[in-house]
Amino acid sequence: MTTIKKPKSPGGRKAGRRHPLSSVALIAIGLLFTGGAYAAFSTSTASAETSATSQQTIGEGKKLFAANCATCHGLAAQGTGSGPSLIGVGAAAVDFQVGTGRMPMQMDGPQAQKKAVQFTDEQIATLAAYVSSLAPGPGLPEAKLLDEKGDAAKGAELFRINCAMCHNVAGAGGALTEGKFAPSLEGVTSKHIYEAMVTGPQSMPVFNEMNISPESKRDIITYLKYLENNPSPGGYALGSLGPVSEGLFLWIFGLGTIVALTVWITAKSN
Amino acid sequence: MSTTTTTTELVETKKSDGLTAVAANYIDERTSISTAVKELGRKIFPDHWSFLLGEVALYSFVIILLSGSFLTFFFSASMAPVQYDGSYVPLKGVEMSAAMSSSLDISFDIRGGLLMRQVHHWAALLFVAAIGLHMLRIYFTGAFRKPRELNWVIGFILFILAMAEGFTGYSLPDDLLSGNGLRIIDGMVKGIPLVGTWISYLLFGGEFPGEAIVGRLYSLHILLLPAIIVALIAMHLLFVVVHKHTQYPGAGRTNQNVVGYPVLPVYAAKAGGFFFIVFGVVMLMASLFTINPIWNYGPYDPSPVSAGTQPDWYIGFADGALRLIPPGLEFVWLDHTFSFNILIPLVSLGLFILVVLIYPFIEAWVTGDKREHHILDRPRNAPTRTAIGAAGVTFYAALWATASSDIIATHFSVTMEGVIHTMQFLTIVGPFIAFFVAKRVCLALQKKDREIVLHGYESGRIVRLPGGEYIEVHQPIDEYERWKLVSYSDYKPLMIRPNAQGKITTGQKLRAGMSRWFFEDRIEPVGSAELEQSHGDHH
Repeated sequence: MTTIKKPKSPGGRKAGRRHPLSSVALIAIGLLFTGGAYAAFSTSTASAETSATSQQTIGEGKKLFAANCATCHGLAAQGTGSGPSLIGVGAAAVDFQVGTGRMPMQMDGPQAQKKAVQFTDEQIATLAAYVSSLAPGPGLPEAKLLDEKGDAAKGAELFRINCAMCHNVAGAGGALTEGKFAPSLEGVTSKHIYEAMVTGPQSMPVFNEMNISPESKRDIITYLKYLENNPSPGGYALGSLGPVSEGLFLWIFGLGTIVALTVWITAKSN
Repeated sequence: MSTTTTTTELVETKKSDGLTAVAANYIDERTSISTAVKELGRKIFPDHWSFLLGEVALYSFVIILLSGSFLTFFFSASMAPVQYDGSYVPLKGVEMSAAMSSSLDISFDIRGGLLMRQVHHWAALLFVAAIGLHMLRIYFTGAFRKPRELNWVIGFILFILAMAEGFTGYSLPDDLLSGNGLRIIDGMVKGIPLVGTWISYLLFGGEFPGEAIVGRLYSLHILLLPAIIVALIAMHLLFVVVHKHTQYPGAGRTNQNVVGYPVLPVYAAKAGGFFFIVFGVVMLMASLFTINPIWNYGPYDPSPVSAGTQPDWYIGFADGALRLIPPGLEFVWLDHTFSFNILIPLVSLGLFILVVLIYPFIEAWVTGDKREHHILDRPRNAPTRTAIGAAGVTFYAALWATASSDIIATHFSVTMEGVIHTMQFLTIVGPFIAFFVAKRVCLALQKKDREIVLHGYESGRIVRLPGGEYIEVHQPIDEYERWKLVSYSDYKPLMIRPNAQGKITTGQKLRAGMSRWFFEDRIEPVGSAELEQSHGDHH
């Protein structure tokens, strides 16, 4: 479908676009372009701009956008009554929202829920290319910021000060007002954590480079990954929810076991 | 008397010359312990699972003492700032108090330290929970009636002290969670008009958090509170021995006897074994399940608060009360801030605690019953008491559940506001619903018991009579079962009578009113005449 619009066909002068092999060649070129653009894109730096992406990719992204996102965000991403403007949100926002399955939204509700991702990585990249072509915005993070090799202690401190009031000290998540919530951070990829910090999805505030430097963000990711990769030293963590799950466990399983044992001890022998 | 004792002892000495006998005799001649052993060893205890709940609390307390002593060897109750240099990576180099640093050392660098910390904390949760359940058993079976009113009071003070022990212990590691808990206490203290701020400064040795509070709480936690608790437990148990144990109604059980097994050898063995069972359960929990992961919370710092910050379960009801208060109840009057958002929970919880504390005296006054009671009530046979208990439990449970309102909201996908409003409704209306339902259920069960005593139970055998009629055969209940169903004390509402001056006092009227409210709905136990008649009907 997308290949039809391409202005030049490399098939030959005489047969032109009617040559039997032309469509195959066109698809090959299309893939080459998209793949190349994606490769260039994913290695681009946090401050990288849209220059690396070709007009081609942007065009494809625009089509995907028109088909899947424009209902709420408007045909020119200018926003409508049911969805915000996406001008200037940057590639990071698209990669986070679409890459975690939150967008396209399944239903209206207090907040967009995480679900199975609806697009391929390539499609997400083209969408991101399109949205970031509209106006400059935060780009995708550099790979070296996501290596999880920062200072976990500093990250933990920053996390407690900036993030724990919503996401809980162990990243287990927490409640917000009116049915909104801060989700659990377990299993969220480093890239998505970084993108969430720079773009502030939904109720989350934006932590720009003045608030938390890219290196500090790397430290925070390092801490979260430390928690994820190292099981709780004290045994099963009961969801890391704090005293509520501990109390519930004690009453149901602890005291439950004890009461069962008292019944056993005082049971009449047959 | 003394001569006979001496002769028997002499005889004993001659008779037995084994090592144990000699040793036992040696001790007995110097301590006269045999009288105590004889008395205590022959003490009879009835057998029922619910009689072991208090024992569970006692054993948890022993476990707490043992593990707590271990912790004191390594804990440093100081708020002096230090740099953490232990083996937990995500806290390396972070500045924290010596208390937090030593708690982390116990957790990561002292052999068995983490296990002991977790044993101590799980046992503490179990301690308070076992006391709570034990108290419910006492309440719903009416075991607090004469002569045990004072023991109820002692037990309830123990419950309060256990909560105080728990809270002071929870605050000692000086981690983020406990610091936030202390901040709430500080806020509550400061909410008391006129004196609040003074008390807070006195408590914390200056502005919150100061550098004194951990040391002070430590003194309370390991010295004063445990000493009072041990003394009260001793009194509590002494009273159990003096009063003898209560028993459930049943054939052969009367107000004058205790049916069961003697302490020696049966109960000593059972109770000793049960101690190790409780210890084993606590050990299992402590080795398999994390509790209070202070390494996640990090050192206390007044600025951050974590989502899901809650007190341990037994303080939950107070936290819940604070969460339930609607906004806008604070105002300034005469240059003083009056924080009704704090005063209302403080006062209503204080009243609730007071009513529970003195309930035995209230009921004794209402019934006017001066007799001793050693046979327990089945909860259904005291409908109003059971209903009051159900209302109290509902009130407490609603407050308690509210302490986890945020966890309820996230885990059941409901709104926080919805949870709070529902709990506000349940806290106020729930007890009334519970009272009504519990009372009706009790009366219905009593009616069922009556029916069974008079007409037997439904056997499920259908018989066709010669006339074509079908009837279900009712089997008469056996005598042992019947005893249980008919032997309970039944109260009638008190009559108002004028006193010696020929006057009816307001107190009298109030008492008569209360008595009517307690006993107007009642199902009389089946009497022997009634029983005879019903038998006559059938045969």
